[in-house]
Amino acid sequence: MQAFEYVAPRSLDEATHVLAHVGAEARCLGGGTDLIAQMREGRRSARVVVDIKRIPELDALKFDPIHGLTLGAAVPCSRIHSHGAVAAAFPGLIDAVSLIGGIAIQNRASLGGNICTASPAGDSLPALLVHNAHVLLASAQGTRRLPLSAFFVGPGKTVLRPDELVVQIELPAPPAGFGAAYLRFTPRNEMDIAVVGVGAAVVLENGLITQARVALGAVAPTPILVPEAAEALVGKAPSPEVFADAAAAAQRAAQPITDMRGTAEQRRHLVGVLTWRALQRAVERARVSQLPQPTAQ
Amino acid sequence: MSTRVPVTATINNEDVTFLCEPRQSLLEVLREELGLTGAKEGCNNGNCGACAVIMNGALVNSCLVLGVEAHGATITTIEGIAPREGLHPLQQKFIEHAALQCGVCTPGFIVAARALLDKNPNPTEHEVRFWLAGNLCRCTGYDKIVRAVLDAAATLRAQAASAAGDEVQ
Ligand SMILES: Cc1cc2nc3c(=O)[nH]c(=O)nc-3n(C[C@H](O)[C@H](O)[C@H](O)COP(=O)(O)OP(=O)(O)OC[C@H]3O[C@@H](n4cnc5c(N)ncnc54)[C@H](O)[C@@H]3O)c2cc1C
Ligand code: FES
Ligand code: FES
Repeated sequence: MQAFEYVAPRSLDEATHVLAHVGAEARCLGGGTDLIAQMREGRRSARVVVDIKRIPELDALKFDPIHGLTLGAAVPCSRIHSHGAVAAAFPGLIDAVSLIGGIAIQNRASLGGNICTASPAGDSLPALLVHNAHVLLASAQGTRRLPLSAFFVGPGKTVLRPDELVVQIELPAPPAGFGAAYLRFTPRNEMDIAVVGVGAAVVLENGLITQARVALGAVAPTPILVPEAAEALVGKAPSPEVFADAAAAAQRAAQPITDMRGTAEQRRHLVGVLTWRALQRAVERARVSQLPQPTAQ
Repeated sequence: MSTRVPVTATINNEDVTFLCEPRQSLLEVLREELGLTGAKEGCNNGNCGACAVIMNGALVNSCLVLGVEAHGATITTIEGIAPREGLHPLQQKFIEHAALQCGVCTPGFIVAARALLDKNPNPTEHEVRFWLAGNLCRCTGYDKIVRAVLDAAATLRAQAASAAGDEVQ
């Protein structure tokens, strides 16, 4: 690996000043599960590696049922799925973080890293999109907040400037009757990269779907939300016909390619199957969330 | 060559200070600077688990950790698993069940299994298989490894129960 300097700032100010000063030759280090191997293979280089795990905001996980979830960009997946209240409130997110790599990867891999790597197949991306995530970015000049759907530009490309870092990912508290799911297709159950990934979220009120979101991974240059699939669902009672309409809309929105992981045709087929199943699971979870809950402590 | 920086960590219950280059992985530091050659380099990219160590209570692949990140950390490597005398039940059961052939994957499996049993002393077969999905073995076919881990878990539970019984008396 090429030589570099290592810094581990203790505050956001300190970190953004390093980034402002070093610019494009600096790289943030979260869990390192993408970055370290990439630098070793010479696919990425850095003069200064900025370890962001010791910055309090990036290491914090805050949840309350009113304001929702504030997820520090460097928090590892295992800390997310082992948090009982978060797991109950954000089931689609939990599906995704439990799928990323194996245990040793989940103990290091962060969602800041997953979104900044911006692989079209990144598992947390569709899940975060259906949970309506926003990201908070910071630089020495200040902060900006944007919907995650405006963050991705292309494979490996985001709107993040070289002097900026992702501070946190924010998920609004889910309304009553909310359910979500993320499913992916991989040849191997664990430790594999999605051929297709689908996230779905619904809100059920009096037996009708009143809100819906469907997002697809690995079938376009970036993960995509499919508003046409949501339109096919809203105002309807969940049924096989309605799921089929939404699945067909998702298939129309997908722009899959053929590569070593699968053909475009197989991917388009999988989008249909997985959209259907993810919706079914999201609806099941929405129904369970409406049952009387044991009183929270 | 870039400057080497001093790093202090607790490794296998010993406080150690070493010098390392920021570009060196924890795996390289363990093997090349500290003479702890138990952790193996299989893939060097996070896929095989042969380099597994426990860092601040969490199972990690040391090939995907920088040596400098170990500053202030508590680390257990395969060398820290056995008691002063004899073998850890996991090691003993790997031998009894013939859960290794070439042995390259074994340190990683034992460290990973130890991290599992620390968290969950009574795992199901499914939980063991799921937990060990990040460790690759080209020789055994995994089944013997899974049996060895389940048997070691039973032994450890029995030991814990008899220790608790002794305390009560
Ligand atoms: C064996 C293995 C299995 C894997 N399996 C999966 C899988 O199933 N699904 C999946 O989606 N991914 C998988 N990955 C990829 C990887 O683990 C994830 O993308 C992970 O979320 C990356 O997070 P990290 O914290 O390790 O990122 P890092 O490697 O630390 O960083 C990744 C990139 O993001 C930048 N970055 C990180 N944090 C910030 C920030 N806060 N602000 C600005 N830039 C930042 C870094 O500079 C770097 O360019 C796997 C990787 C391995 C090695
Ligand atoms: S050598 Fe680290 S995971 Fe293979
Ligand atoms: S015993 Fe040879 S790789 Fe597992």
